[in-house]
Amino acid sequence: MTAPATAAAVHTLWTAAGDNPAIPAPHIEYGQLSPMLVVLGAAVAGILAEAFLPRRARYTGQVAIALLGLAGAFAAVVALAASGHATTRAGLAAMGAVAVDGPALFLQGVILLVAVVAVLSFAERRLEPRGADGAPVDAFAPQGSAVPGSDQEKAAARAGFATTEVFPLTLFAVAGMLLFPAASDLLTMFVALEVFSLPLYLLCALARRRRLLSQEAAVKYFLLGAFASAFFLFGTALLYGYAGTVSLGGIADVVSGKAPVTPALSGTTGNDALLLIGLAMLAVGLLFKVGAVPFHAWTPDVYQGAPTPVTGFMAAATKVAAFGALLRLLYVALPGMRWDWRPVMWGVAILTMVAGAVLAVTQTDVKRLLAYSSIAHAGFILTGVIATDRAGVSSVLFYLAAYSFVTLGAFAVVTLVRDAGGEATHLSRWAGLGRRSPLVAAVFALFLLAFAGIPLTSGFTGKFAVFQAAASGGAVPLVVVGVLSSAVAAFFYIRVIVLMFFSDPKADGPSVAVPSPLTATAIGLGVLVTVVLGLLPQYFLDLADKASVFVR
Amino acid sequence: MNALIPVLVAAPLAGAALLLLGGRRLDRLGHWLGLLASTASFAAGAALFAHMLAQPADQRPVHQHLYSWVPVGGFQADVGFQLDQLSMTFVLLITGVGSLIHLYSVGYMAHDERRRRFFGYLNLFLAAMLLLVLADNYLLLYVGWEGVGLASYLLIGFWQHKPSAATAAKKAFIVNRVGDVGLSIAIMLMFAQFGSFAFGPVFATAGDAGEGKLTAIGLMLLLAACGKSAQVPLQSWLGDAMEGPTPVSALIHAATMVTAGVYLITRSAAIFNLAPDAQLVVVCVGAVTLLFGAVVGCAKDDIKKALAGSTMSQIGYMVLAAGLGPVGYAFAIMHLVTHGFFKAGLFLGAGSVMHGMDDEVDMRHYGGLRKYMPVTFVTFGLGYLAIIGFPGLSGFWSKDRIIEAAFAKGGTEGWILGAVTLVGAAVTAFYMTRVMLMTFFGEKRWRTDAEGREPHPHESPAVMTVPMVVLAVGSVLAGGLFALNNAFLHWLEPITGHAEGDSPLSPVAVSGLTLACVAAGVAWAWAVYGRQPVPVTPPVGSALTRAARRDLLQDDINHAVLVRPGEYLTRGLVYADSKGLDGFVNGLAAAVGGLSGRMRRLQNGFVRSYALSMFGGAAVLVATTLLMRSV
Repeated sequence: MTAPATAAAVHTLWTAAGDNPAIPAPHIEYGQLSPMLVVLGAAVAGILAEAFLPRRARYTGQVAIALLGLAGAFAAVVALAASGHATTRAGLAAMGAVAVDGPALFLQGVILLVAVVAVLSFAERRLEPRGADGAPVDAFAPQGSAVPGSDQEKAAARAGFATTEVFPLTLFAVAGMLLFPAASDLLTMFVALEVFSLPLYLLCALARRRRLLSQEAAVKYFLLGAFASAFFLFGTALLYGYAGTVSLGGIADVVSGKAPVTPALSGTTGNDALLLIGLAMLAVGLLFKVGAVPFHAWTPDVYQGAPTPVTGFMAAATKVAAFGALLRLLYVALPGMRWDWRPVMWGVAILTMVAGAVLAVTQTDVKRLLAYSSIAHAGFILTGVIATDRAGVSSVLFYLAAYSFVTLGAFAVVTLVRDAGGEATHLSRWAGLGRRSPLVAAVFALFLLAFAGIPLTSGFTGKFAVFQAAASGGAVPLVVVGVLSSAVAAFFYIRVIVLMFFSDPKADGPSVAVPSPLTATAIGLGVLVTVVLGLLPQYFLDLADKASVFVR
Repeated sequence: MNALIPVLVAAPLAGAALLLLGGRRLDRLGHWLGLLASTASFAAGAALFAHMLAQPADQRPVHQHLYSWVPVGGFQADVGFQLDQLSMTFVLLITGVGSLIHLYSVGYMAHDERRRRFFGYLNLFLAAMLLLVLADNYLLLYVGWEGVGLASYLLIGFWQHKPSAATAAKKAFIVNRVGDVGLSIAIMLMFAQFGSFAFGPVFATAGDAGEGKLTAIGLMLLLAACGKSAQVPLQSWLGDAMEGPTPVSALIHAATMVTAGVYLITRSAAIFNLAPDAQLVVVCVGAVTLLFGAVVGCAKDDIKKALAGSTMSQIGYMVLAAGLGPVGYAFAIMHLVTHGFFKAGLFLGAGSVMHGMDDEVDMRHYGGLRKYMPVTFVTFGLGYLAIIGFPGLSGFWSKDRIIEAAFAKGGTEGWILGAVTLVGAAVTAFYMTRVMLMTFFGEKRWRTDAEGREPHPHESPAVMTVPMVVLAVGSVLAGGLFALNNAFLHWLEPITGHAEGDSPLSPVAVSGLTLACVAAGVAWAWAVYGRQPVPVTPPVGSALTRAARRDLLQDDINHAVLVRPGEYLTRGLVYADSKGLDGFVNGLAAAVGGLSGRMRRLQNGFVRSYALSMFGGAAVLVATTLLMRSV
């Protein structure tokens, strides 16, 4: 070989790719992915704003960016749904990684609305007493990296620092949550899981008051979350081993025996042990996120330790996203396996309802009480998941929408009841609240009644829908257990109402802070949704029903 | 013209709404508004009556469908009115007597600070009562039925600061509930049997139903009638209802509401005619009540309670007549109307006497009032003559025909019923003469200053005497007008039907017997209360008298038979509930609490044990999944 020829050959190695097979550029439907892209863009913009805006302008800038981003994404969701992507034009985007269909768009819409309300309560700065420099402060630590109680922390507080990073962090979490119920293969789902979990771990650690408790909660959440993610990832690997693909539709094909077996993988493909173990492990990962028993242990500790606005956001949005993913996994990838997963889910649902309701009975802290209540509600939603039909999907969608606003509203009310030490979350401090602050107590009572599923509130409609779906799906014993646990749950909800309205107020009891319009709007939206979904649910039930078909 | 029919109900209803919701600013002219509403209703009724008279008999009934109330599949509840000769009669009686009593109340309630509310309730009563008689189906009738019950409750307990009034109101309401249950069951039976509860379809297809079912429906309707019309065994509330203001006693508990039972039976003639067993029970109830009320009326010293006993007895006559079937329907209604005149007049007279005597009701403290209250004396006297059946006056014409019809029942039954009605006539004459003598004749037995304030009786103002005069005129003339050429009979015949009875005695003989009985009653009363002075403290009296003073032990019987066992039952239930059910529930709650306390220990705050529990859970989940497959 002559030198020039060699040189030419070397040259062609990097210039003319003509002979080599090209790496195909993935085809991305940017329009269909726009809700997530808008939120991620806003998050990146928030990071840049954090870096370049002067400190004084950051709060306003971040809140504006977050709200605009979320509103833009919601508009995109509405536009997609209006152009038929929820029904007739539903399909897979981004090379089959993301589904754009009814359940995905419905849940994305709910998550975005929840996020808007959450951002409003994150931005609340009128509840905490003003900082040393007279500037208003929010519910988050002045400087996350400062050791609690250290001089550095005091200096940061004196300097009027604020952790405005919470807004971009929230946006990243929201983007992950948008992707999670839409993810159409297991790897995308895992990425989404991590994208929304990591910012949440950070947000949990950022409470202004009781920082040690907050940091402890974050570490617990992180450790257990990582543990659960490992299960999920392991399950993904096992299912890949079984099916030779991570796509949900592909797994379904292998389960039903329609797909041709790749020769190289013929040794493991179709091995039912892989399938069953993988299915169980994926379920562990997702059940951890929804807070089902026995994977619930983190919930009360984290709910109690996290800053209350974050707790509200987490309790509402995480549950929506995680149930969306669970539905997609069970309904798209594993419908052929329902005779295997249904009995297991039965057990989990019963355990979750009973344990959540029973454990809540003896709680003395309102945030822990709401945490156990959220566990019980996870159980109620699971009964709808188990129905395995369209009514099951639509009832779960409706329940998630109803429940998330009640939860947000309830935690927003918790931020208002305060004494010198910050929020007064011990239940004994709430005695007689109805005498001193009838409006706040009445609003909280409304949320509690909605949690308890009393008619004319959204809670009743939601519970009725899931129980009806479960019963017509043949899970009558499950419904009986659900109703019994609801009765137990009603006890502790009503007990709080009794405490607020029929006990004498304490002399040194907490005061109810007057919030800014931000939190007032958040609570008002919660009340509005709760009442509207309770009184006139039909439109929204129809909407959930129209949105209840998964694409493969 | 039919557009006026809703006005009948709407005018008093609007009056009631205005008066009850209008607040204090209407206090000064509220009573005139109330009167205006009732008069407007009467004017509409009169216009409709004139129009109806101009029509030939078969075109007189008119229907007016207003709207569908509850249209659910086969269940069609409509709001519609039926104005025929029967309801027309009631409309005129209710609005006419009602307006007079409104006028009277303007004077009677002049010093009551809650007068506006009183007129609101009276208007509410009128609206409900008119709805009751105008409804073209049983369900709407039921609405009116409950409405008059409510108004009656509110008005009996109008002076709610008196515990006796509050208790009486409650008693009336509760006893009436028993009857109301009967009506609701009857309506359900009709719907089950006929698929409808509108008068038209029910009456048209009544023949298709078996006699057993019709008897059941009839008995349930009778139960309802017993409650509303204070017939044995649901009579106990009427005497106590006299706690209400006297105009209320006159309007609701004498002239109109208590006759609703008679209306119900007459309206349901198509059902009763095909259920002879139910009819027999109706007749028995009427006969028993007729004597019961009369005996009670003889023993009472409270003038209103004596009149209440009389009301019960007179309605007994009507129910008896209605139970006789087509022979008696028209006479039942005729007696109902004449009774409406004279009994309302008598009550208004009693109210006038009480007005003049500082609300004294004990006749033993009256006496010699004829000189002090001449108008009251004359009008009350005319009412008295009418009720005992003095020849030529209203009561004579209507009661006589009922006695004839009773004899015409035939056989032993006819003789028994005839005898009962004759005895009733004699006792009526006795107790009414007693009332008359004790109140207006004899010595003054008024309370002296030492026993309380000495009264200074005086004649009542014109707003009160004018209605009394009008009613007295009605008591004198109405019966004669009705009996003239059997006008009333021919008026009602197209609705109720009529059959001439086959009486074993000639009409003249019946009249003679009746007059003899009445004369004997009057003479006896004069011998006891006229010839010798009336003792101020009541004598001990015979066992019957003592029992009659206690309403023939009705409350004792109710207490022993119903209240006492009811109390035992509720006490037993409370015991079972608190020991058994509550014990179970509380035990369950304690168990849940204990379980909760134990389970929360698992939540120890150590992340390592949380991770362990997750791991254990995952292991169980995987194992179960695998196990499910192998099973």
